[in-house]
Amino acid sequence: MSVRSHTLVVLVEDKPGVMNRIVSLFRQRGFNIDSIAVGHSETPGLSRITLVAQGDDRKIEQLVKQLYKILEVIKITDVTDENLIQRELALIKVTATDRNRSDIMRLVTDVYQARIVDATPDSLIIEVAGPPDKIDSLITMVRSYGIKELARSGVIAMARGTRAVAAVPQPVVA
Amino acid sequence: MAIETRERQQVSEEAQREPQLGAHLVLQALVREGVEVIFGYPGGAILPVYDALPYYPIHHILVRHEQSAAFAADGYARATGTVGVCMATSGPGATNLVTGLANAMMDSIPIVAITGQVPQSVIGMDAFQETDITGITLPITKYNMVIRSIDQIGPAIQKAFYLARSGRPGPVLIDIPKDVQLAKGFLAPRQELHLPGYRPTIVPHRRQIRRAAELIRQAKRPLILAGHGILISGATEELVRFAERTQIPVGLTLLGIGGFPASHPLCLGMVGMHGHAHANRAIHEADVIIGIGMRFDDRVTGRPSEFAPNAKIIHIDIDPAEIGKVLKTEVPVVGDARQALRLLLEELEPLEHDDWLSLIRSWYRSIRTEPSGPNGILQPQYVIARLHALTDGKAIVTTDVGQHQMWTAQLYKCDIPKQWISSGGLGAMGFGVPSAMGAAIGRPEAEVWAVVGDGGVQMTLNEFATIVDEQLNVKVAIINNGYLGMVRQWQQLFHNRNYSETPISSPDYVLLGQAYRMAARRVTRPGEVDEAILWARSFRGPALIEFVVNQEENVFPMIPSGGTFRDMIDEYQVEGEW
Repeated sequence: MSVRSHTLVVLVEDKPGVMNRIVSLFRQRGFNIDSIAVGHSETPGLSRITLVAQGDDRKIEQLVKQLYKILEVIKITDVTDENLIQRELALIKVTATDRNRSDIMRLVTDVYQARIVDATPDSLIIEVAGPPDKIDSLITMVRSYGIKELARSGVIAMARGTRAVAAVPQPVVA
Repeated sequence: MAIETRERQQVSEEAQREPQLGAHLVLQALVREGVEVIFGYPGGAILPVYDALPYYPIHHILVRHEQSAAFAADGYARATGTVGVCMATSGPGATNLVTGLANAMMDSIPIVAITGQVPQSVIGMDAFQETDITGITLPITKYNMVIRSIDQIGPAIQKAFYLARSGRPGPVLIDIPKDVQLAKGFLAPRQELHLPGYRPTIVPHRRQIRRAAELIRQAKRPLILAGHGILISGATEELVRFAERTQIPVGLTLLGIGGFPASHPLCLGMVGMHGHAHANRAIHEADVIIGIGMRFDDRVTGRPSEFAPNAKIIHIDIDPAEIGKVLKTEVPVVGDARQALRLLLEELEPLEHDDWLSLIRSWYRSIRTEPSGPNGILQPQYVIARLHALTDGKAIVTTDVGQHQMWTAQLYKCDIPKQWISSGGLGAMGFGVPSAMGAAIGRPEAEVWAVVGDGGVQMTLNEFATIVDEQLNVKVAIINNGYLGMVRQWQQLFHNRNYSETPISSPDYVLLGQAYRMAARRVTRPGEVDEAILWARSFRGPALIEFVVNQEENVFPMIPSGGTFRDMIDEYQVEGEW
């Protein structure tokens, strides 16, 4: 089985300590997290975590089963093989001089449809949103100018089409 | 639910009229969950609960170290089939519970641990005896929680007991800051718990059962591997009926001992690293393996890629994460072992495997149990064999971890559930004495033997005081070979006899027993074994026997760690029934 990048959408109860349990499980079971992004979901009280991790299908299946053992984890969907929209936000502070500023701006806005959100006499902040590989590509392109600071949000993902990754209301069990 | 509950719905009405201290509410909630016994040790941050304790119908056992409180709660849970409870203060009290919690986690034992915590106003300030016990115990509890307000006491304790005993059981820790114990309020009535992320599958899918039945029907050399899940779900009767109807032999994991009667003609005894040779050979030759309530631990499989090379695997377990974790599984069945066996019995007509069974029986050999070795010195295996014979195989037997544990697993043949209490997954030395204590409290009518080594007993022999305080019917059999024997065996076999730090001295156990006001004897000659065991059985209450045995005796058969059936060392087996 081949190792590849899996994208998991994990719906969890929004309670203290839940992120700690999830991150701790990765460490304990020897899984690496490539990317993790957390925020509210469409349901009040539920958070949506988008996790990207490397592994073969069997290893990821084991990870999913272990994650399900965390009490506050409601639903996990491996969306890797879905027709997926993946988005990440990055802020990149690059060194800019009078000589190259316009080159950078043209590259950023024309080629990557990104924005310049701050400028000083010797720097620019680029705001870029899109699939992670687009952000990787932009970073490669501006690296030669000198990256002073880089912040990435982690990937969020959603499958195209009408079907939704949603927690089914559960009956009371005890 | 297999783990019994003793919930008492009513707490006295009087208690509900006036607002009460949180400490009282904690105890009322425990009484309401059916708690009769707590193994614990007081301290500053749990003092309010101890202040209230005398007013409640709870037998508190004052242990001499919190680790023993957790081990005793574990032994209590295993012997009674109910939830065991331990309690400690914050800081060192809480951290001393850690090994016991890890042990309960590995072996799926329902215990609830209650710890005091510093007041919330100083949490995070490195206050005296503050420790982040919920952080520390995160990976070694099924669940843990901090009670942050008085109205959460009832629901949290109800939830803790439900989680501990349901699904795949495990330890749950409740951390209670002192200010919550000292706040005033009312105990919320028991209510339905809303746990949307916790829905254990109890009844397996019928389709998977049918697939399993079909595979079993086609098998020529099927084998059942029965584990702790049989005991937890109370499936012994169903397992016996299933094995008899299908004529499939049963191998047991270390923790499966007692789940299927050892004297049953279809029982092959223990499998794995120190399992019986015929049982491991049966695994090697089997074409279908039905694992029930077990997890293909490395002590069972050796090198997984060489384990059961000819077999398709049917794996029945309540924890879906165990299925496919170690081995490729042909038919996964998620559910309670007892429910699964009931459904399988509905699907399967009587089968016959006469050739397979006679083939396995042709491999039967006995573990050597001669009274003395070539040097004339007492043999440890003989002690266990005599203990089994003289107690008619009916005692509750707890063990520590090491050679004596394996000899006892091989030779103390258990016919009924809940009589075999041993630390499996964690392999925690020091378990034998405190778990015997827990078992004796939970089953006061029983004769409890703690079979321990001279290494492990020195980790928790402070509990002799507790055993004597409570006048428990615990007989401690110390198998003294002057070594950390199992480690020494590995050094002998795999480290060129470099006995680095394994010779270990002992106190004079007879004098020590007497110092603790415990009847004590030493046995050095084979001829004294029976007499000493009969002496210990002749009265109710604590007794200690030190058996001074051959120093360099080894546990065989043995499949070295990570090895395969072909690597088995079994030079010590002799002709005869296993």
